[in-house]
Amino acid sequence: MGKDMIIRVSDLTKRYGEILAVDHISFEVEKGEVFGFLGPNGAGKTTTIRMLTGPSKPTDGKASILGFDINSQIVQIKKHIGVVPEISNLYDDLSGFDNLLFMAQLYGVPRTQRRKRAEELLKTFRLYERKDSRFRTFSRGMKRALTIAAALIHNPEVIFLDEPTVGLDVVAARSLRNLISNLRRQGVTIFLTTHYLEEADLLCDRVAILVKGRILAIDTPQALKDKTNKKSLEEAFMEITGLEPEVLAIEKGK
Amino acid sequence: MKKESKMWRDNLRGIFYIALKDIKTYYFKPPAVSWGIVFPITWILAFYLRNPGSFEELVPGLIAMTILFSTTAAEAVVINFELRLGSLERLLLAPIGLSAVLFGKVLGGVVFGFAMTTVVTIGSTIVLGLQPNFVYLILIIIPSLLVFSSLGALLCVLVKEVFEAQTLLNLPRFLMIFLSGVVYPVSKMPAALQYLSYALPLTYTVEGLRFSFSGVAGRIVLSYTLILIGFLLLFILPAVKLLGKKFE
Repeated sequence: MGKDMIIRVSDLTKRYGEILAVDHISFEVEKGEVFGFLGPNGAGKTTTIRMLTGPSKPTDGKASILGFDINSQIVQIKKHIGVVPEISNLYDDLSGFDNLLFMAQLYGVPRTQRRKRAEELLKTFRLYERKDSRFRTFSRGMKRALTIAAALIHNPEVIFLDEPTVGLDVVAARSLRNLISNLRRQGVTIFLTTHYLEEADLLCDRVAILVKGRILAIDTPQALKDKTNKKSLEEAFMEITGLEPEVLAIEKGK
Repeated sequence: MKKESKMWRDNLRGIFYIALKDIKTYYFKPPAVSWGIVFPITWILAFYLRNPGSFEELVPGLIAMTILFSTTAAEAVVINFELRLGSLERLLLAPIGLSAVLFGKVLGGVVFGFAMTTVVTIGSTIVLGLQPNFVYLILIIIPSLLVFSSLGALLCVLVKEVFEAQTLLNLPRFLMIFLSGVVYPVSKMPAALQYLSYALPLTYTVEGLRFSFSGVAGRIVLSYTLILIGFLLLFILPAVKLLGKKFE
């Protein structure tokens, strides 16, 4: 019996002129899995998410989400996925509530459920007290929380989180990690990119390590640690990516 | 077939709510109202005071200027502003097409322009006791609103910065004010300028409005409507294409 694969990616490639941002990557993500996409800056993590979620078209290769092809059925895909981009890009001049309501309208949440759903999410993210405040007045953590709430407005089956905890304080980051764990328990499939390897170790069932657009390894965090004979995912990551000499060189430069 | 109609419904819903959000967020605010209605009225009044004559003859030009400036008042900055903030990309994550996102933006400008134009048209009609053919007026005003809102969108996607869009838009705006018969009849221009004039969409708006106020030449009005629809396609299709390229 084959596993229920929600995301299938085969030879996905993105080229910007001479630059190969994503280089023939292939992987699969199982239903209900938390899949981490790890890599240094410029590795191609965000480019991959943008190809899988619609804003950018692949140069080559194939991918499907929930059986829908990203090239020809992207609108159907968008109905079933939620995306939290790297930057909190809701509308500054709309209130927290109006931002969620607008997203509910765009995603076709039934009219009778829009307000209720928006209020539920505001309560879940502890933003209800500020529901009428403009987005521009929110703290960075609150903005992040509302951006995630906006991605959940239509109860998606798959969520893409691009660096979700960047810029968050310890409490907000911990609260977000708890939320991700809750979503996972509800059967939501989560595709996560992060720089924070401890976070990936804690949350992810499997991780892919991406460097210069190429996947160097895919496995569970524990298996990667075992294979490299390292104690932490960070050490395993440095070993796999071969970035340790660069770190040493920087230290020597000091 | 069912899937197609569902997609159309999704896109129409997206267009409607994007326009509604833009109207709420950007339009009906002092800068947009100032550009959209105060500027055209001031301009026409200044011209009238310099050359007092029949103000009725200036009404088509006033309405045309209101259409041009009100549709492009916020349109020219909204797209680049949202591109910079990343909120335009947010719209592309929703289950609607890229063209629906742009049409939503254009519709926001059209609705605001329609409101401003209605105030100016009805106001001048009542104050001056004019009796226009309202069917002709609609046949000219609606496509003109779409044309100039699309022009704003096109120029916006041609540049990167918000201020560049406003600056770039002033070129066709002022060129059209002088060459499209807003204050000086096209028929009195030198022949070479007349040819240039008929390459500009505002000329068909002004002339069409003149015919609407005189109530004659219905066929010409209809032909101008078709020409304006041609301009609409000329602006909106490359705008969609260019917007798509911005996300590559």
